[in-house]
This record gives sequence, C-alpha cells and structure tokens, in this order.
Amino acid sequence: MQRSILLSAAAHYLMPLMLVFSIFLLIRGHNEVGGGFAGGLVAASGLMLYGIAISPAALRKLLPIQPHLIVGIGLLSALLSGAIPMLMGKPFLTGQWLKTPLPVIGKVGTPLLFDTGVYLVVIGVVVWILLTLAEE
Amino acid sequence: MIFLSFSVLTGILLAGLAPLLHRRFATRSAALALFPLAIFAQLCLAIPEVAAGKAWQVALPWVPSLGLSLSLRLDGLGLVMALLISGIGALVIIYGGAYLHGHPFLGRFYSLVILFMTAMLGVVLSDNALLLFVFWELTSISSFFLIGFEHHKANARAAAWQALLVTGSGGLAMLAGFSLLAKITASFEISHWIGHSADILAHPLAPAAFLLILAGAATKSAQFPFHFWLPNAMEAPTPVSAYLHSATMVKAGIYLLARLFPVFSGLALWPMVITSMGLITLVGGALLALAQTDLKRLLAYTTVSALGSMVFFLGLGTTLAVKTALVVLIAHALYKGALFLVAGCVDHGTGTRDITILGGAGRAMPFTATAAGLAGLSMAGIAPLLGFIAKELMYEATLEATLPALLTGLLLVANVGMVAVAGWVSFKPFWGKPGQEHLHPHEGPAALWFPPLLLAALSLLLGAFPQLIGKWLVAPAAQALWQAPLSVKLSLWHGLTPMLGLSALTLLLGIGISAAGPRLQPGITRFWHALAKFGPAAFYPRSLHAVLSFAAWQTTVLQSGYLRLYVGSIVLFTVILAALTLALRPSQFSVPTILPPRFYDVVLIGIILTATFLVTRARSRLATIALLGSIGFSIAILFLLYSAPDLAMVQFAIETLTVILFVLVLYRLPKFKQLSSRATKTADMLLALMGGVLMTALMLIVSAHNSDSHLTRYFAESSLPLANGRNIVNVILVDFRGFDTLGEITVLAIAALGVFSLVRLAKKGGQKRQAPPTGGKQ
Amino acid sequence: MVLLLAITAGVLFAAAIYMILRRSLVKILVGLLLLSYAVNLLLFNSADLIPARPPLVAADSLLPPTIYADPVPQALILTAIVIGFGLTAFAVVLMRQVYSTLGTDDLNEMRCTDIPCQEVEIASEEELMEDPL
Repeated sequence: MQRSILLSAAAHYLMPLMLVFSIFLLIRGHNEVGGGFAGGLVAASGLMLYGIAISPAALRKLLPIQPHLIVGIGLLSALLSGAIPMLMGKPFLTGQWLKTPLPVIGKVGTPLLFDTGVYLVVIGVVVWILLTLAEE
Repeated sequence: MIFLSFSVLTGILLAGLAPLLHRRFATRSAALALFPLAIFAQLCLAIPEVAAGKAWQVALPWVPSLGLSLSLRLDGLGLVMALLISGIGALVIIYGGAYLHGHPFLGRFYSLVILFMTAMLGVVLSDNALLLFVFWELTSISSFFLIGFEHHKANARAAAWQALLVTGSGGLAMLAGFSLLAKITASFEISHWIGHSADILAHPLAPAAFLLILAGAATKSAQFPFHFWLPNAMEAPTPVSAYLHSATMVKAGIYLLARLFPVFSGLALWPMVITSMGLITLVGGALLALAQTDLKRLLAYTTVSALGSMVFFLGLGTTLAVKTALVVLIAHALYKGALFLVAGCVDHGTGTRDITILGGAGRAMPFTATAAGLAGLSMAGIAPLLGFIAKELMYEATLEATLPALLTGLLLVANVGMVAVAGWVSFKPFWGKPGQEHLHPHEGPAALWFPPLLLAALSLLLGAFPQLIGKWLVAPAAQALWQAPLSVKLSLWHGLTPMLGLSALTLLLGIGISAAGPRLQPGITRFWHALAKFGPAAFYPRSLHAVLSFAAWQTTVLQSGYLRLYVGSIVLFTVILAALTLALRPSQFSVPTILPPRFYDVVLIGIILTATFLVTRARSRLATIALLGSIGFSIAILFLLYSAPDLAMVQFAIETLTVILFVLVLYRLPKFKQLSSRATKTADMLLALMGGVLMTALMLIVSAHNSDSHLTRYFAESSLPLANGRNIVNVILVDFRGFDTLGEITVLAIAALGVFSLVRLAKKGGQKRQAPPTGGKQ
Repeated sequence: MVLLLAITAGVLFAAAIYMILRRSLVKILVGLLLLSYAVNLLLFNSADLIPARPPLVAADSLLPPTIYADPVPQALILTAIVIGFGLTAFAVVLMRQVYSTLGTDDLNEMRCTDIPCQEVEIASEEELMEDPL
C-alpha cells in the first residue's frame, strides 16, 4: 500500500488523542454518553488508523502486549468483576462500590471493572481481526 | 420382594462392571454366575408362599406424570419365568466362560448376558406396562448386541439388524396397544387391567389394543409371519442362542400373552387369531426344520415350532390347554437349552455343526452324549422324561377341542417332525456311523458338559416326579392366568388312552423319517426353496430396501444443497403462516400520526432507500461498500436524532472499522457476477417483497400495541439508586444485564479467534496442498 | 415517522432477502449486512420514538425526566451492532477462504462440497437378505 505522508503524520498525532478520548469515554460512560463498547471502538479505530497509515508491523511493535492477550485480559477482568461479589456472599456480577469516590474517576465499583473488561475485549478483537488480515 | 427390586438394580450395575471384573479376575470371572444363582435361591424360597396364592408386590413412583412407576409383582407365572431366567442364566454364564475362553470380547459377553438377564427379569416382574416396555426393549437391544457379537462378520451384523428391526417394530406396536389400554382404563398397571377386563372388552378399541399387543408378542416369540429372524439369530455365540433364543427371551411373547390372558381371552378375536397363528407356526416350524443340516438351525426351527405350540394352546384357552402351554414352556426350556449347549460342545469338540458329516462322537464325548441323549428323549416325547408328559397333555387338549381330528392331525405332523429332528441332533452325531476322520472329537472341560447335563437330568427328574412342578409351579402359574385356583395333576401313566396311542404313532413315524433323513432331505429343501420367494422372509429385504430408497429419495429432495432453496422455503412459509394468522385474526392497524417526520428524517430515509435500491443492482465492489456505508451512517444519524447517542457513536465507529475491513480484503474477493436468470430474479424479488411487506406490517402491529413497559421503568428508576449510574443504557449493559454482556464479549472473542484460525490454518493447509502438485494429475 | 421507519426497515428486509437468495457469495454477504441494519431498525422502532431525550439521569436529580427514550432496545441494539462486526469479519474471511480454495463463488458449484452429489448407495435386496427360508 502506498504511504501517504499526510496520513501518517496525522496518524502519529491522532492516535494518542483517540486513545485518551477513549479512556475518557470509558470512565464517564456510567453517567454520560460513552462506555466500554464506544470507548473500545474509538481506541481500536485510532490504533488501526496508525496500523494502516504507517504499517501493521509498526502497530505490533507499538502494542505493549499482543491483541489476543488483550482479549484474554479483558475477559478475565469481566469475570473477576463478577467473582468479587461472590467472595462477599452475593450473587455473581452483583455491583459492589467503594464508599468514597476517587479523584478524577469518581465512584469506583465492580461495574467499572466490568466495563474495562468490555473495553479491552473490543479493542483486542478489532485489532486482532484487522491486523491478521492486514498482515497477509 | 425388596431383594428382587434390588437385584434388578444390582444387575444393571453389575452389567456395567462385568468387563472390568473380567479384566481383573480373568478365569475366575465365571463367579459372576453367583449373582443369578443367588436370585434363583431367593426365588426358590418364595415358591411355597406363591404356591399358597400370595403375590409379592412393591411399587415406587418413577415418572408419575407419565403413569410410569417401578411396580414389581411376583406371582406364579412370573415365578416360573424368573426361575428359568436366573437358573439357566447361571449355567450359561459358567458355560460361556469356557466356551468363549480366551475370546477378546468375553468381558463384553458377561456384561451383555447379565444386562439381558436383568432386563428379562424386569419383563416378567413388572406390573407396570410402561416399565415392562422399557425392559422389553432392553432385551431386544441386548439381543441385538449378542447376535452381532462377532461383529466382523457381515452375516452376524445383518442378522442382528433383522432381529432388532423385527422385534423393535413389534415392541413399538405393543407400546401403542398399552397406551390404548391405558386410555381405556386410565392406568398402566397390569393388575388394574386384569381387574377391569370387563370394561376393556366392552370398549370398541379393545380389538385394536389386542392386535397391537399381539404384534409385539408375535415378533418377539417368532410367530408366523415374523418367524424368520430367529433362525438367522443363530449367528450369535451358542450360549446366547441357548439362553436368549430358545429358553428365555423368545418366551417373552408367550409370557405377555399368558399375562394378558385374563384381559383378552374373552375377546372373539383371541381364539381365532391366536390359534391359527400358533398352528401355522407349529407345523411350519417343524417342517422347515426338516430342511436344515446345521445343528443350531435345526434347533432354531424346532424352537419356532415349540413356540407356536405354546401360542396355539394359549389360544385354545381351555383349562387343560392353559396347563399344557405352561408344561410345554418348562419342558422346552429344559431340553432345548440343554440341546443348544450340546450343540456348542459338539462345535467345540469337533469344529463343525453339520449333521451330514458328524457321527460316532459318543465314545470320545461321553458326558455330552449323555446330556444329548436325555434331552433328545425329552424332545421326542419319550417316557419317563418331562417332554413325554408335555406331549400327552398336548394330544389330550386337542382331542377335547373343537375340530379334534384336524387339530390333532396337524399336531401329529409337527410332533413327528420334532421326533425326527431330535434323532438327528441328539443321536446321529454321537451314535451313528463314525463321521469324517479329520474331526477328532474330544470332550471339553467340565464347565462345558456340566450345564447341559444338569438341564437334561432335570428333564429326567421332573419327568419321573412331575408333581414337583405340577403342584409348585404349574398350578400357581395357571392360577395367574385363570384368576382362580386350578388343580394340576401331572403323571407319567394314565392307562391305555388314545393319547398313548398317538404318542406311539408319532414315535414310529418320527423314527422312520429320522432314519431316512439323508435321502429325504434334498427333496424337502428343494420344496422350501421353491416356496421361499413368496415367504415373509423375502418380504423383509424387499420392504427394507423400499424404506431405504424412500429415505434416500426424500433426503435428496429436502437436502438439495442449494442455500437459496432453504432460505426461500423458510421465507415463503413464514410469510404464508404469518399472513394466514393475520387474516384469521385481524389486528387493528393504527397508523401512528403523532410525530410527523421532520426535514432531516426525510432526507436520511431518502438516502437509505436510494442506497438500498442501488446496492441490489451494484456491480462494483467499491460502490457496494460505499453504499452500505452510507446506509450505516444515515442510520447512525437517525439514532442520534432519536435520543440514542450511545448507539450513534458505536454505529459510527463500527461503520468506519467495517470500511477498513473491506479495504483490507477487497481485492481478494471475487468480482460481482450475474449468475441468475431473469425469471429466477423476478421470482426472488417477489418473495423478497412479500417478506418486506410482512415485516413492515408486523412492526406496525407491534407499535399499535405499544404499552408502557414496566421493565423500562424499573431500569430507569433504579439506575441511580441501585447501580450508581446516570447513563441508563450503560447501566443495563454493565450491571442489570451484565451476564448477557459477558456472553456477548465472549462471542466476540470467539469470532476473532475464528478469523485468526481461518487465516492461519488456511495458510498452513495451502502449503500442504501445494507440496505434491503432481499427485492429482496422474 | 413510525410508519416511515417501518417502511424503511421493510425495504431493507426485502433487499436483504433478495440478496441472500443470490447465487454469488459476495452478494449473500451484502444481504447479511443489510439484514443486520434491518433488524436494528426493527428493534429501534419497537419502542416509542422520542427526539432529543436520551435515557440519562440529570446530574441534579435521582430519577430520569418524565419523558425519555426507552433504554432497553438501545442496549439490545448496541451489543448487536458490535457483534454484527464480529459476524461480518468472520463471514468475509470465511468467504474469501472458500473462494481461494474452490476458485469460484457460485453456490451452484459448491453444492457437492457439503453433501454427496452421487446417488446414495443402498444395499441391494440380496445384501439385506440372510437366508431365503
């Protein structure tokens, strides 16, 4: 694929911005528009923009862990958020919250962990699929 | 009785464990015979009580909603059968251990025989018809596996199939008959049916129920025209033939007729149908036997004949005939069981079962020869063996029936055949001219000759002291049929009666035919072969072939392999059924007038409609992707306009990613081609339009019935208090319905895994395929 | 607007069915995509359409406003959209693999990859017969 200098320059700057925006979407998703699905998709779009504008290999190098591991970690954190209430004798996936809100993030509880799991799975799945195809 | 219900459960358990026990204990595993022996002993202890007219009973609910309960009942009739099943079962396990010594499937043999024995005990002890059916089918299944024991032989497999299909379809008919009776009496308990036989006989469905149940009994007991499976079942190992296909399982049909005798014997059909079926089987079996040269097939056809006689006498239905049937049942089990085991010893000792080359083995096999001689005398009906008493009773019963001359004459023919075959199987191999030299007959281990010798000796003992069974077994069993006490006096000597004369005549003629055997046989065989193509045995392959052809034909019609036929028929039938429902139950179409469309709405919907229309006609891949994207983005904006910002955001992102996806694979996709003809296209278009109209109509009906959803209100009102979230959609996703979302992200992960493995595996597979490129072209 | 949206979804359904009935694999894929749009619109239209009232609880209140869009279909559609992407990706790759393996995308030519196209062999009467008697 021919490389466009403009696109690759834009990708360099857009990608981190989109990642930050996606985390913002994830955290505020419980109260405002956003959430794990939307955040995950925005992050994945940013990463794929980078992967296509520069190169799939560059994206691989950039990722701290491989996409299939991201999927795994995402699934595990969703399961973990379900397991925590079980330790407290509540049914699987009952929301549990910390009494005091943390600065910036706000109230923290297992649904946030669950949403983070969704976020990671979505990123992992999209990047995994598209990278597999792009690398052929 | 608790013991008996336990033994049924233990039997099933033991059947599962038998192969393991056999592997662990090897040669000592014949000790498994202790299990039936214990049951036999316990049953013996029950004899006095049962003979006094008591019946042991136990009932546990199992599936009450189906009327199925674990109710077991032990009365005189069940006791006779259970004694035969457990007693002969013990002998067969001992015998089988020696007969199949070193056979790789010996453990399986033990397992199946014990399973069969348990099921058979269940058949004769069940008081609940559904329970009886379950055990009945279990005997068919274990019989299937035992006939196909040597499963590497095509003949054994075909015979196993045949037995299963014939007895299995009979079993299904029987179940239908049971269901009819349950419909009539509102109960599946057999004792309840017996108590209400007057109600049953008055019901118009009674003949149908009777004929259906008779189909089950007739197939199981190899009655004409279903007799042909039994001789073929001789593919089974000999101990199995002795046990299942002569002494016990094939008597299940007799047992069932006897059990339901008090229910149905008042039916006009009973004597007519049953006597004629029994008579044909009785005479036909004996005459067919004369054409055989294989020891086991000879015995099989005479078994068919003996089963026919039992059915025949049950059909006559007089007190004497009922007693006769029971005595024949016991006598036949003893002598035929012994003779089958003898046939196994001969096979084991000489390597052949062909009577034309056997002879003079008696000196080398003295114990086997003694057993064969005694059992043969009983079969031929010679005093003082039990078979003699049975034959006297038979003649006595036919002489006092209507049409005595005809019935007695036919019985005489059958009995003459029996005598002849008895001579061939029990005397010729042992005492005639020495057979071919290479046979080298030798006696097997005691485990082989002891069981037949014991059975044969019992024939002698009970013949000498017939009242042992007369008083303790036959009388209580007859009482179960007659539902009233009957006195039974069995004795060897009645004085100079017509029966004695008939016996002597039978014997003379029989010995004559037996001696003339080698010269007569070819003619008899030719005669039967000429008739064969009209017989029911020829009907079986023809009908089976027809069923298979039909199955193949309708499979190719239904499974055409064309996706669009599958999808098309689904859409068509959905449209037809939904339209029918809508037409029959007209619902109000209220076209909602509130909320008139705004300018943006019209523009967006215009874009969607145009793009949809264009996409169905597009020829370029790139244009298709662009059009699909425009539909998706328009829908996203609609979401945004109608209060679904989350959806809009997700839809935008997905559309973008989908475009990336297509760009990545676009040039590896095939080009669009026009493949269908104009006519197909028009037809498809019509079908598609119908589907679309239906969906629009359904949507309008749904929105006309829109009501306030309490689910929505609950989610909305508890979102903040219960889940600390102000975005209700997100709260539903991660909290209220978190489990669903967990499932969904798992599906996503699996889809990604699927894509990955498809791409990677195809790459590897492709390399492999390319490696030997010349291989296919040679 | 409800009527208009119902008609739009109906048209999408019709187009989807038409495309799925084609012989070419690529067109069937287009049909699948159209079908998922149609179903999403169907779900969306099953609740009352309310402009500009997203299902959010305002920052200063405990309960949502009196009028708000139904969040239940929205939650359903949201996951459906994302799963739809997974399905599309899988279908595209599967199709491409089929095309590169068989060298065709005409379903008529793939008939024999799934079911045996030769006549099914049935045992003859002689083979089913054990003994003529």
